[in-house]
Amino acid sequence: MDALSHLVGGFAVALQPLNLGLAFVGVLVGQLVGVLPGIGPINAIAILIPLIFATGLSPESALILLAGIYYGSQYGGSISAILLNVPGEASAVVTAIDGHAMTRAGRGGPALAIAAIASFVGGTLSVFGLVLLAPLLAEWAIGFGPAEYFALMVFAFSALSTLSGGSVARGLASTALGLWLATVGLDPHSAVPRYTFGQIQLLDGMDFVVVTIGLFAVSEVLQLLEEGGAGDAAALAYGRVRISLKDLRDSMAAMLRSAGLGFLVGVLPGAGSTIAAFLAYSTEKRVAGLSGRFGQGDIRGVAAPESANNAAATGAMIPMLTLGVPGSGTTAVMLGALLGLGVTPGPLLIEQEPDLFWGLAASMYVGNVFLLLLNLPLVGVFIRALSLPRWFLMPGVTALAFVSVYAVNGSAFDLALMTLFGVVGYAMRKLGFPLAPVVLGLVLGPLMEKNLRRALALSGGEWRVLFDSPIAIALWVLALASLAAPVAIRRITDLKASDAATDATSS
Amino acid sequence: MRRGRRSLGVALAAAALPWLACVPSPEARGWECLAPANAGGGWDLTCRSVGQVLSELGLAHGLVRTTNLPGAGGGVAFARTVAQRNDDPSVLIAASPSTTLRLAQGQYGDLTVDDVRWVGALGTEYGILAVAADAPWRSLDDLLAAWRRDPTSLVVSGGSAVAGQDHMKVLLLADRAGIDPLRIRYVPFDGGGEAMTALLGGFVDVFSGEASEVEGQVAAGRLRVLVALAPERMDGPLSSVPTARESGIDVTWVTWRGFYVPAGISDIQYQAWVDILSQVGQSSAWERARVVNRLQPFLLVGPDFAEFVKQQVDDFREMSREIGLIE
Repeated sequence: MDALSHLVGGFAVALQPLNLGLAFVGVLVGQLVGVLPGIGPINAIAILIPLIFATGLSPESALILLAGIYYGSQYGGSISAILLNVPGEASAVVTAIDGHAMTRAGRGGPALAIAAIASFVGGTLSVFGLVLLAPLLAEWAIGFGPAEYFALMVFAFSALSTLSGGSVARGLASTALGLWLATVGLDPHSAVPRYTFGQIQLLDGMDFVVVTIGLFAVSEVLQLLEEGGAGDAAALAYGRVRISLKDLRDSMAAMLRSAGLGFLVGVLPGAGSTIAAFLAYSTEKRVAGLSGRFGQGDIRGVAAPESANNAAATGAMIPMLTLGVPGSGTTAVMLGALLGLGVTPGPLLIEQEPDLFWGLAASMYVGNVFLLLLNLPLVGVFIRALSLPRWFLMPGVTALAFVSVYAVNGSAFDLALMTLFGVVGYAMRKLGFPLAPVVLGLVLGPLMEKNLRRALALSGGEWRVLFDSPIAIALWVLALASLAAPVAIRRITDLKASDAATDATSS
Repeated sequence: MRRGRRSLGVALAAAALPWLACVPSPEARGWECLAPANAGGGWDLTCRSVGQVLSELGLAHGLVRTTNLPGAGGGVAFARTVAQRNDDPSVLIAASPSTTLRLAQGQYGDLTVDDVRWVGALGTEYGILAVAADAPWRSLDDLLAAWRRDPTSLVVSGGSAVAGQDHMKVLLLADRAGIDPLRIRYVPFDGGGEAMTALLGGFVDVFSGEASEVEGQVAAGRLRVLVALAPERMDGPLSSVPTARESGIDVTWVTWRGFYVPAGISDIQYQAWVDILSQVGQSSAWERARVVNRLQPFLLVGPDFAEFVKQQVDDFREMSREIGLIE
């Protein structure tokens, strides 16, 4: 109950008019930059930091603003993913799968609405986690060493099979492509260049934004060019805008589970909201089993990742504030800002800066309410983007793609690379290869490699280290179970079917 | 070269798109500070804090823009400065020992320390080695004794790759203490934060990093800093940490924060930058920014700084060669 009284104090901070306004501005800015791929919360926060120093905001006000941008962007990233199949942030890649499928089926409105509601659920529930469990979870995260991270990545990869939709072989091929792309650039351990062909632009490897926008946005435009002739100015039908009670009922359990999962993954430094979204999606797909229509526009396929990535954004605050270890690029920049404001994150922060910590927690409740109130009415506005004629929308998407990619590194080389990936993506769509596993291979590959090599370097080359801790073993078991589950389910249903068949013949 | 020019053309054409704050617009050119890494890193902070002081002091006309040009550990910004902005007098590029170390190890291709001009450094951090608060080693001497018994017995974590800054600190220390540096075990992590977490989690024995990275954990009593690789004791909360020199080992690791400018500008333009940085370095506005950014005093400008940088590159190269990291 101690936490509760602190939280009341926190609300006193968060509800001050200035902080209330900052939370609102934060989520609004966050949402805007989240929509644009390539311009993420990192850029927005970095631009704002000198302003914050100059205006002399107090640390808690500054953090309320910056955190608002961070979780606001998690929601914003889903809008372009759902409507245009262009994920605005890495964490929205899986949202695009079912979200865009729903749009194509004329259910874009409910998809946007459930994304807002799921973000709210994930965001709000995870703030409870932040309030009640922060010190405890920080200790838990410290216990995650290289071997545990490696096992977590293996678990994530075992879940990749669920993304392949149709053919498992094609899914594996896409994953392999992503993993190979991940090896381009400086070897993370010893900084030796791999597959760079002497090109300085390739030393840092394939930028996630470049690959994603090429594969998703550019190939989408190419495909629409092929489908729609010059005379076809017809827009996508957007169908009903309001979400039904049934949709909500269907996705409630998925949102709740994903909030918990996303929060835990978010707490781990280095794992981040992309992995959270993706694990939530594959978990829900498994839970749904044969009743799901995942990949073809299942509303749970939107609810799960959106709930999880918002929860993860909250979770990532814990290692940043209590360990001084940023869990993601964005929290790294926020950490820099906090240090500049004279706050030293660490185990003592909650005691030393109660206004900061509890004010932030309370403002996150408020910010999530803002997001929901802001977005439910806006669904009808966003959805009208689809009623733009294609001759207008498609050049717009193309321009957005080029600007976004150029904004990342200011490099013309990246534009050429993006175009190349657009062609690759187009070919892959034609041949029925799924796109999402490429991106996830690219995101997960380096984490998996680094942690495997770290684990082996720590043990002096002894492989047993990978199975040494209870956490690692639990993750290995989960990985095995997730591989075995689909087979087992099929067996059981086959048995039942054949039982039914025998029953039918015997009677 | 020709391809470089063409891509510049495309880049400028794209830069004409006006609606993005981060895209440089060729007209309305004020001063620009290039941070060769993403927002939030050391170079970015160097640019932003110094840029702000420049504006505050009225030395710059208006605001100093910070442009992030990440890539290849600063190599992209270095190469672009040399190839495309060689006579641009309006640009400063942030640098640190991470720049000189890569130059020394040939990681910027054929480019060398003489392809740009070194203006000055305004502050520094110092390297430290830390262990868990409950670890058996209470001083640098304890640590070195353990290493002398068996150089492979302890594992060190750091935030840079093999042969990067955090690794070099340990290699130098071991080498000067008469321990075979190549037998010391080092595991790289993504940045100091993760490397420190590995120490707190008990996965490694020693953390090699910067003073500012450990302050929070030291205050909480979870880390013990054994040694500061500084010429004398540091200011601030870690002032009780002894230096390596106090143990009779002459090793310092100066993580200076400074700048270079293109090599093709005139001597007058170079001198103007030198004067500006020395004015900044002596101002009370910078004094405040320096403390906020957890930097120690370190002001070195003009030819003295250029000499210092060249010496550092030579030292790093010799060290890297000695321990077999480069040929």
